[in-house]
Amino acid sequence: MADPAELKEREQKLQGLGSAMLRREDARFIRGQGTYIDDITLPGMLFGAIVRSPYAHARIKAIDKTKALASPGVVAVLTAEDLKPVKLHWMPTAGGDVQAVLADDKVCFQYQEVAMVLASDRYAACDGAALVEVEYEELPAVTDPKQALAEGAPVIREDIADRKEVGHGPRTHPNHIFTWDAGNKAAADAAFAGAAVTVREEILNPRVHPCPLETCGCVASFNKATGYLTVYVTSQIPHLFRTVLAMLSGIAESKIRVVGGDIGGGFGNKVPIYPGYVVATVASIVTGVPVKWIESRIDNLSTTGFARDYHCVGELAADRDGRIKGLRFTALADHGAFNSHVSASKLPAGLFSICTGSYAIPNAYCRVDAVYTNKAPGGVAYRCSLRVTEAVYLIERMMDVLAQKIGVDKAEIRRRNFVKPEQFPYTTALGWTLDSGAYQAALDKVLKAVDYEGLRREQAAKRADPNCPTLMGIGISTFTEIVGAGPTKVCDILGIGLFDSCDIRVHPTGAVIARLGTMSQGQGHATTYAQIIATELGLPASDIVIEEGDTDKAPYGAGTWGSRSTPVAGAAAAQAARKIRDKARKIAAHLLEVGENDLEWEIDRFKVKGNPSQAKTMKEICLIAHTGNIPAGMEQGLNAVSYYDPPNLTYPFGAYLCVVDIDKFTGEAKVRRFYALDDCGTRINPMVIEGQIHGGLTEAFAVAMGQQLPFDENGNHLGNSLLDYFLPTAVETPRWETDHTVTPCPHHPIGAKGVAESPHVGGIPCFSNAVIDAFAHLGVTHMDMPHSAFRVWQKCQALGVNQRPG
Amino acid sequence: MAKTHPVSFKLNGKPVAVEVEARELLIYTLREKLAHTGPHIGCETSHCGACTVDCNGMSVKSCTVLTVQCEGAEVLTVEGLERGGVLHALQQAFHEEHGLQCGYCTPGMLMRAYRLLQENPSPSEQEIRYGMSGNLCRCTGYQNIVKAVQAAARKLTAAPAAA
Repeated sequence: MADPAELKEREQKLQGLGSAMLRREDARFIRGQGTYIDDITLPGMLFGAIVRSPYAHARIKAIDKTKALASPGVVAVLTAEDLKPVKLHWMPTAGGDVQAVLADDKVCFQYQEVAMVLASDRYAACDGAALVEVEYEELPAVTDPKQALAEGAPVIREDIADRKEVGHGPRTHPNHIFTWDAGNKAAADAAFAGAAVTVREEILNPRVHPCPLETCGCVASFNKATGYLTVYVTSQIPHLFRTVLAMLSGIAESKIRVVGGDIGGGFGNKVPIYPGYVVATVASIVTGVPVKWIESRIDNLSTTGFARDYHCVGELAADRDGRIKGLRFTALADHGAFNSHVSASKLPAGLFSICTGSYAIPNAYCRVDAVYTNKAPGGVAYRCSLRVTEAVYLIERMMDVLAQKIGVDKAEIRRRNFVKPEQFPYTTALGWTLDSGAYQAALDKVLKAVDYEGLRREQAAKRADPNCPTLMGIGISTFTEIVGAGPTKVCDILGIGLFDSCDIRVHPTGAVIARLGTMSQGQGHATTYAQIIATELGLPASDIVIEEGDTDKAPYGAGTWGSRSTPVAGAAAAQAARKIRDKARKIAAHLLEVGENDLEWEIDRFKVKGNPSQAKTMKEICLIAHTGNIPAGMEQGLNAVSYYDPPNLTYPFGAYLCVVDIDKFTGEAKVRRFYALDDCGTRINPMVIEGQIHGGLTEAFAVAMGQQLPFDENGNHLGNSLLDYFLPTAVETPRWETDHTVTPCPHHPIGAKGVAESPHVGGIPCFSNAVIDAFAHLGVTHMDMPHSAFRVWQKCQALGVNQRPG
Repeated sequence: MAKTHPVSFKLNGKPVAVEVEARELLIYTLREKLAHTGPHIGCETSHCGACTVDCNGMSVKSCTVLTVQCEGAEVLTVEGLERGGVLHALQQAFHEEHGLQCGYCTPGMLMRAYRLLQENPSPSEQEIRYGMSGNLCRCTGYQNIVKAVQAAARKLTAAPAAA
């Protein structure tokens, strides 16, 4: 028998699955030696500054470049007219629409890209941009998606006014993009018709922005001599980015290199392909010198990567005990001026149909109507999978609404409706097969940890005390996510399936390099992927180098978004490593002169069953694989590539609880406690997981308590700098308490599910539920986010709870 | 060409001299003329703190300091924290406490924490949270940053020479 202490030591040496290995990417970041996009400077590089529209809707009458061209350092001014000869003034979007690269004839949202000034440096480019004279004829703007569909509403997209469809079925109005639905409407309607209890609530997911600390940008460098194009870019999807560039430019994909480098946070903002990237690339192709384009923070918040703007109606039908019989959810989706919404081709409303949540709901129907408005285009998934936050927010809010209606506790209503452990795999009424879950156990653990009964008693006592200066609210969220897009039969972008990949090369000394199709933006892939491979190969993670984001080096993959890195590329890493281990087993059998079946794997070596002194370590095999002493007919080397097409998405879940104390007189909601239990299946690195959860909860806190991109009726942006847009500081941010259960994913090679988005998706409804619960005894069933002190104070004022007694 | 001004100052202990327009901001001089790309640009409005450097013993946001204001100044950036191949206690603590993810805010966070610990060698959690509130992080939720500053403070007060 092997000595347990020795086994443990060998296992620890690997720093594989489950180890809180410190991050290897830190070494450069703590020294200020990261290479972010704006750190890249190439010889002869020009800087591009974009001229943007001051109007949300206007016709362009004339553009005069004269003064700009005369400004010191200015080399060129590009407008739509200049891009027309190369047919790049418009570009196709993933949503089946087209988007203006530079405004052609008219602008459709404030800050829209009208021209790019190229100059010798940043200051000269900005000087030049200020001197481009554009004459506009202002048109009436539409900023409210409900008004967009009104009869006689201004037509935002005259260029496609006569198109019967934009990618997804018939259009009913010039400002209508598509209608998408899922489920059985007749069955859902019948459930409502016969229900003892029904509830309905209008619920807004306001327009927000992921706002990573680094804005978007690129350096495009076209070599006229070789015809090669290199683009350094803040992209979460470098391989798809390269494919799109090839499609747009006509340059062979093999002559385009896209490099992700270090990315200063993404959170969905860096998935789309923005006009700025395209203009900078065209500018480099035209001028033959490198061109850099970097967004300002105002550009970032105004034009690239907004999220949400889903105007929802939730309806539930239940029996008298609150057991749900039917669900009808609809959303009016504001996609802005162009349908450049990020999604898979067949999923125009993303994964919104996960909106049945963690609950066994027999009849369900959901529908999304998407419309154009005079606001920035798109719709990215802000730290979530496509439209999952919107869906989970709706169901988790509606569970509370239903509980209040029938007078049942908000934990109890969930208990009565959970999908039970024995029901898995469970196919929802909207078609997703939840693979695993233990929802009740997770909730029970949280309720016990926080003494839920005690909290409710305290709340009751405070409600009974007219002198209590605060309103106490308890929020619960028992969410199920859907991540890891995804199976190619369901998910593709521009026809390319959303598989992912890993290419592993093992060197003679046992050092390993692995390249993957994903792109870290801070998630710690260089550490966690190495840990997966370390456990699979029995080689120390410290000697496993991970590379991503350089399309010349890494195999094709769909990038990092929607918590897909671990579920898809992490699986590819495990599969590739297993191919290598299978070959290593053959070599070990050859060396030990036994059959393969006579060997067993133990941490870092193959042992002969029943004769454990006979063994070959992986490290030994690595060297021998590069010699002639290998089985006859076998090729040298220990390399493998795996392309992983997941059989299903993964379904991480969690149970969160939040306690807030709201000052009746200021409206400030202070988070007293936030307890987050996550189940992401097999845990790769508990330190990294906890860090991701802290970050996701903080972004949830930001969305729930303060973030919103507001507009006036003319389409003017009313909050597009960090002066107005809420990013919590260390002072506002609550202290987080984390916990976990482990329910491995049955179809993932290592049982992992993805984790970084759960805290955002599950956190937002938890905060909202807590704030609204504080007013529940006053008959309040819903308050829209953000729950800023002013807005909450308005509610206190309207209800008269801020009158001082006596 | 616009009129330029000679400016000399000390950067991480070494004398440097640049010619800049009056309007040039310190962050651009550091990043584009002096090849110090540790300090980052996140907002250009003094809100995010990614550009934080130490100037004459004060934390400043170099996106809103004119380079011409720095004549004769002592400027310290993240590149100057490591001494003789030894990481500063704060750098080590950020690593060990997982106080960073994408790394973009980190140089500013480190420089602010550096000055905070000079001002208050043993800050409470609340003092750290308040003292670091001019530096935004979108990734970590601050909890581990606070832990890192606490850990570094303990280490530095135990062996002050390392500061």
